[in-house]
Amino acid sequence: MSAASPVQHQQAASNDATVWTHKDLVGLQDLTAAEITHVLDTAGAFKDVGTREIKKVPALRGQTMVNFFVEASTRTRVSFELAAHRLSADVINMTASNSSLTKGETLKDTAKNLEALHADIIVLRHSSAGAAQFLAERLDASVINAGDGAHEHPTQALLDTFTIREKLGRIAGIHVAIIGDILFSRVARSNIHALLKLGARVTLVGPSTLVPREFEQMGVKVTHDLDSVLPEADVVNLLRIQHERQRKEYFPSLGEYTALFGVTKQRAERLKPGALIMHPGPINRGVEIDSDLADSSRSVILDQVTNGLAVRMAVLYLCAGTNPKRG
Amino acid sequence: MNPAPTPPTPGAALVLDRAAIERCLKRIAHEIIERNPDLTKVALIGIPSRGIEIAKRLAAYLAEFSGTQPFTGVVDVAMHRDDLHRHRLPPRVERTILPHELEDMTIVLTDDVLFSGRTCRAAMDSISSFGRPARIQYAVLVDRGHRELPIRADYVGKNLPTALGQRVHVRFETTDGVDDSVWMSQT
Repeated sequence: MSAASPVQHQQAASNDATVWTHKDLVGLQDLTAAEITHVLDTAGAFKDVGTREIKKVPALRGQTMVNFFVEASTRTRVSFELAAHRLSADVINMTASNSSLTKGETLKDTAKNLEALHADIIVLRHSSAGAAQFLAERLDASVINAGDGAHEHPTQALLDTFTIREKLGRIAGIHVAIIGDILFSRVARSNIHALLKLGARVTLVGPSTLVPREFEQMGVKVTHDLDSVLPEADVVNLLRIQHERQRKEYFPSLGEYTALFGVTKQRAERLKPGALIMHPGPINRGVEIDSDLADSSRSVILDQVTNGLAVRMAVLYLCAGTNPKRG
Repeated sequence: MNPAPTPPTPGAALVLDRAAIERCLKRIAHEIIERNPDLTKVALIGIPSRGIEIAKRLAAYLAEFSGTQPFTGVVDVAMHRDDLHRHRLPPRVERTILPHELEDMTIVLTDDVLFSGRTCRAAMDSISSFGRPARIQYAVLVDRGHRELPIRADYVGKNLPTALGQRVHVRFETTDGVDDSVWMSQT
């Protein structure tokens, strides 16, 4: 429940009536700063729903959301599912193994079938970059990208940005260090887009094989020296080392990675007081981050999970509420 | 006397000017005092967007007339509407701000225009998901008729008979940047 304080209403609603006009959320690259801010503001209102006596609102009553996860995921799928339940939508879960994709049906045909069942929202996780865009262009239903290959994972970046704004009060001027496997990371790409648009500074840190210099073209700084970055960062966002995608040529061993890029207790002493430690989960304790540190007061990892729910409610509400076919 | 304010659309007729709006809201404030002897148990809750401004103004008048400054807040209705799919673009969601304890409170919902009654229903639904206030009253600046639900206002600034196709425009200096005024236009 919101604080019982007198109304201090910031702005009139009349001047931002057309701030969200997208039926889909495919990525953050094509959104404006105002649109991203609008999602964060909307998520702020939806976050309060979780603290009410009745944690459910009727906004999407009667609508059907399909969680279509061609690539494995637990937390993102569950977060979208709970978000849809809080908005009173009906939810169907599909994974690659129980869908007809294993029988040779194409993505497009599967999606057309979902639409024939009158699915209003399709949340798609897929191993190919561009899969969400592909569906969004072909379906009347709202398509939400829950991760496509190494391309984008917009709701993760929105919840990271929401958490930074909530904890530090702003995004502009904040220095965020993203550490780890950037090359394979859709989370990093979406974060870079969101943070730069909102005026933050971004430094990427990791082994040169996983953080190539080419990223500097996006407008970020690239370094391979973690110790020099820690004293200057307001936020360190640690990405998971993706064992399942990792091959030997990128770095010799997990032990060596931890020695150079793991955030240990000793390293954490170099951080500014008040600097935040973030991680999209699941954590590899002892690899990217010391176990104690993950549970320390600097860590906002569980806040990210709570905020993820609010952000996904906001995204579902905004996309499902945009009906381009209506006059 | 101020120069005549500019109409929001060409040909709109002025229904209430600044002084008339002030008289309406002051009278409503007196009526709220009359019906609610204990103003410490009254919370003025505005329906976005201009209902919030009305709640603030009524609170200021209540403080002036009675010496008690009532709680003022906001109730979001966007996520409690049943017609999201009827909109072309999603209505803006606002943070709801209510008293911590609703049990023995009288909630006075405030809005600029009462029309179908559906917004009021959504506001009551929203409040009931937070708790159970002792009672809910409803104050509007303009009642233009054409109800679609069995809802009526307890406090009305101006009863304005309209045709279904006509539009009522409320403007406040604080929210719209133009002189306080209420207008009626054809379509």
